[in-house]
Amino acid sequence: MAGQLAMIEARGLSRTFMSGGRPVQALAEVDLVVEARAFVAIVGPSGSGKTTLLGLLAGLDRPTAGRVILDGSDLAAMTEDERARFRVNRVGFVFQTFHLLPTLTALENVLVPVELAGAGRRRRREAARRARDRALDLLDRVGLAERAGHYPVQLSGGERQRVALARAFANRPRVLFADEPTGNLDAETGARVAAIMEELNRDAGTTLVLVTHDAELAERADRVVPLAGGRVAA
Amino acid sequence: MAPFAFRMAPREWRFTFRRLGVHMTSISVGVAALVALHSFRNDVVRSIEEDKRSLLGADARLSAGREFPDSVEAVLDSLAAAGAEVSRVTSLASMALVEKSGLTRLVRARGVEPGFPYHGTVTTRPPGLWPRLGDLDGFLVDPALLVQLQASPGDTLRLGDVRAPVLGTVEGLPTDVGMQAAAGPRVFAGAELFGETGLLAFGSLVRYRAYVRLPDGVDPDEVEDAHAETLRAADVSFRTPTEQMRSLTRSADLLADFLGLVGLAALLLGGVGVGSAVNVYVRGKLTPAAALLCVGATRRQVFSTYLLQATSMGVLGSAVGVAAGLGLQRFLPPFVGDVLPVEVTPQVSPAAAAFGLFLGAWVAFVFALLPLLHVRRVSPLQALRHAADPQVGWDWARGAALAALAATVLALAMLEAPSAQAGAAFAIAIAVGAGILWCVAVLLARATRRFFPKRAGYAVRQGVANLFRPGNQTVAVTLALGAGVFVVGAISQLERNLTRELSVQFDAADLIVFDVQPAQEAGVGALLQEFSESEPELTPVVTARIAAVNGRAVADILADTAARDSPPRWALRNEYRNTFRQDLRPSETVAAGAWWDELPPADSGRARVSLAQGLAEDLRVDVGDRITWSVGGREIASRVSSLRDIDWNGFDMNFMAVFEPGGLDDVARTSVAAVRVVGDTARAEFQRALVRDHPNISVLDLQVIRATVESVLGKVLGVVALLAGLCSGAGLFVMAGAIASTRTQRAREGALLRVLGGRARQVRAVLVSEYAALGSLAALAGGLLAVAASWLLSEHLFEMPYSPALAAALLLWLAVAGLAVVVGMASGRSRNRSGPLAALREAGD
Repeated sequence: MAGQLAMIEARGLSRTFMSGGRPVQALAEVDLVVEARAFVAIVGPSGSGKTTLLGLLAGLDRPTAGRVILDGSDLAAMTEDERARFRVNRVGFVFQTFHLLPTLTALENVLVPVELAGAGRRRRREAARRARDRALDLLDRVGLAERAGHYPVQLSGGERQRVALARAFANRPRVLFADEPTGNLDAETGARVAAIMEELNRDAGTTLVLVTHDAELAERADRVVPLAGGRVAA
Repeated sequence: MAPFAFRMAPREWRFTFRRLGVHMTSISVGVAALVALHSFRNDVVRSIEEDKRSLLGADARLSAGREFPDSVEAVLDSLAAAGAEVSRVTSLASMALVEKSGLTRLVRARGVEPGFPYHGTVTTRPPGLWPRLGDLDGFLVDPALLVQLQASPGDTLRLGDVRAPVLGTVEGLPTDVGMQAAAGPRVFAGAELFGETGLLAFGSLVRYRAYVRLPDGVDPDEVEDAHAETLRAADVSFRTPTEQMRSLTRSADLLADFLGLVGLAALLLGGVGVGSAVNVYVRGKLTPAAALLCVGATRRQVFSTYLLQATSMGVLGSAVGVAAGLGLQRFLPPFVGDVLPVEVTPQVSPAAAAFGLFLGAWVAFVFALLPLLHVRRVSPLQALRHAADPQVGWDWARGAALAALAATVLALAMLEAPSAQAGAAFAIAIAVGAGILWCVAVLLARATRRFFPKRAGYAVRQGVANLFRPGNQTVAVTLALGAGVFVVGAISQLERNLTRELSVQFDAADLIVFDVQPAQEAGVGALLQEFSESEPELTPVVTARIAAVNGRAVADILADTAARDSPPRWALRNEYRNTFRQDLRPSETVAAGAWWDELPPADSGRARVSLAQGLAEDLRVDVGDRITWSVGGREIASRVSSLRDIDWNGFDMNFMAVFEPGGLDDVARTSVAAVRVVGDTARAEFQRALVRDHPNISVLDLQVIRATVESVLGKVLGVVALLAGLCSGAGLFVMAGAIASTRTQRAREGALLRVLGGRARQVRAVLVSEYAALGSLAALAGGLLAVAASWLLSEHLFEMPYSPALAAALLLWLAVAGLAVVVGMASGRSRNRSGPLAALREAGD
């Protein structure tokens, strides 16, 4: 099943945290394979290990046991900076709480991954112009072209999440990870954000892994992975 | 305060300590400075009190600029008849020559009668020489003189007409006060030997003193009261140990007051730091506060809880400051030992410690009050839905908090300053200075945001943008750090301008030769021709006192105590050194009347005189008024024909009263000359030749004076710079606190950048840019103000042209930006170590 089309391959993933001086197992021997261009939803009650799994799949955290192959690369073999460089080129992120930089405008926020990847440092006007055009195009696609110059504090929750979506796609990622992307939004706004995310995902051919409590959003996924007590439920 | 607050506050103590504890140390710097200064002042005052009789050397001291008149001698005789002992010390300035090394030096020569000092002990090397000084055929000298003249005990020293060996050195004289020995080296001789020098005959700057030991039970103050009238009429000062103590403690008080103001400035900066830290803390506490309201707490209870937390942190910061201050107190005596009148043993002063503890806690309380008021107005709805910050409109509590803040600043300034007026002025200056600095900081911050180049590298742009992160306290930090930069910057600007001006002024002449008798003019003139680089010019000097003004005798004017607007006493009693000459000096302009060449020939019998404008104002005279001068027993009548504006800067030969040539014929006079002699060797040779041929003539080596002035200036500015550094230190604490306040937010941003693919180096570059930008903003705001202040001070107070010292400003900017980066990176360090996901989780939203 994994074959050469697997975008994510996780084997025997476990993660234990120390809490109050005692070990707490958040994740226990999880196996998961996600094919390229698939849309996978991870669901489960609070404390079931959803966000922990997402963090491990994206290389934000190191597992206590097991390993993750992401887009053909073994994350365990990489240093922190190598994983960062890997993410900036191949991974996009959307968070429940948006996490926009409050001191930057919407357009500047979208450009952050491009800047981190180094396009801005080349100082070639053409490259900088292309990045800016793409960022504006993305803002246009999420319906915020008119608000490119606004700061996060001047935007509503739904608008902030759409800016975060545009930012997630700025570097044409191979995988998009989303942590409760509609969790902080009302139903109508959440549905709109989800639709935009799906559309961008489809057009860009991105693999999408999201964690959600939203049953409607989970239903749209190609596959649902239920978690309970840190294990994949049967 | 509500008991609820007492139960709640300790529960959150650990969290509060983590969030606020470090920031409260910004108050510690100021508290430490004040506690150290107050304790040290107590030490000095206590030591002076213990030693007051030794410090005067007697129970009373009479002192005058000329020989005591018969009336005063009669007083001394009557005291002696009643059982008192009297010892006289005469001192004057003269040249000393060591024949072996051939080196000369202007010294203060003292002729001492047996007995002095009656209290305290003089230590000499070899020991035991002092009591036998009157019988010895030789001199005792300050150790510094041996070094300066490359001499050793046994070498022959020439003083006036006497050649005698140096028998030893005076290591400690109980009456030495402060830096007296540094003002000029001393040569001591027994009264008889001193008389043989023949120097008294020339009467150059002689000081006559009589030290009196009173019989037991006689109160010096009563003696002074009994003879006050006689002494006053004779212009003889009378000093008692208590007066000496008061005078010395007054100097110590003045010093402590001045330094206290700087300590206060540091404390207030610490207050700003506390305010900004509490502000950030309160923002994070609004939702918990709202939750407390939801579950039934009253606003008063909630407010009290947080007020108690902030105040307890203030007490903690103060306690740290008190401990540091008491430690600092022990380091002060060796540091300022040179300028202390007495040996000081540090003692813990409970009053100073308690005062510091209270002061720090109070300042923390007052500065925390304003931001804490936000809690009073928080809505319970905030717990359910994140609303904007609570409305902070005008209410009585805010007004009261502001009034308390203003009253605190005013009261503390008045308490620490030498006078209430100076304190009020200081408080106003602080308010105005802070206001200007705040405006400059706001304008600069806005300009940076608006005009910062969009094409700069990402890290720099992100770093600069971070300055405007909500709750970042950019303006508060700029204010605190900028205040330190301002003081340090203004001092360095002034120092460079003063040093440059000094070198310009001292370029005019190298030596000043004075006390040249008419018979010596030809010989001295020939020496001057030989050594001087410029055309030497002997200027006549006639010593005179004022006998009458507009026909009214000085004694009558002084006696008329009922008269309003009478001239000050010193102006009438002063011994003036006058001259006569045909032309105006380049440093003079005629302000009123006319110079001789524009006037018709003078009447015979009344000389014409031109006065310095300031002196004319003091004497209440104008052009046309008459002054009678007493010159060596002769009376010279004069009429004021002009008033001159004199630029006293530099070493031009300026005089208060200049007579028309011919107006001072046939009176005793000496001459003075300003000489340009280039090179140390030539200067030494000239002085040697002069002293060899004319032992009474004195030479002031301006290059030595210049070195002394520069060294004193350096020391003074060094102390001020040290204190300015203290302010800057407080500023850095504020910055560290402000950065630590936003550490969580910063950590979240750093983590976000890491999640989005930023490398550690990139995240660091953003932070370095932010801190460097913050430091630069403060350096620019403080620097601009420093240039403005030093320009104003230069032009108006020091009356010298100002030119900005750009290199110093640049250096300061680099130093502040560098320090800001170091402090910033250190303050935000701990959180950056955890992984990005952990940081994002911890920060939440």
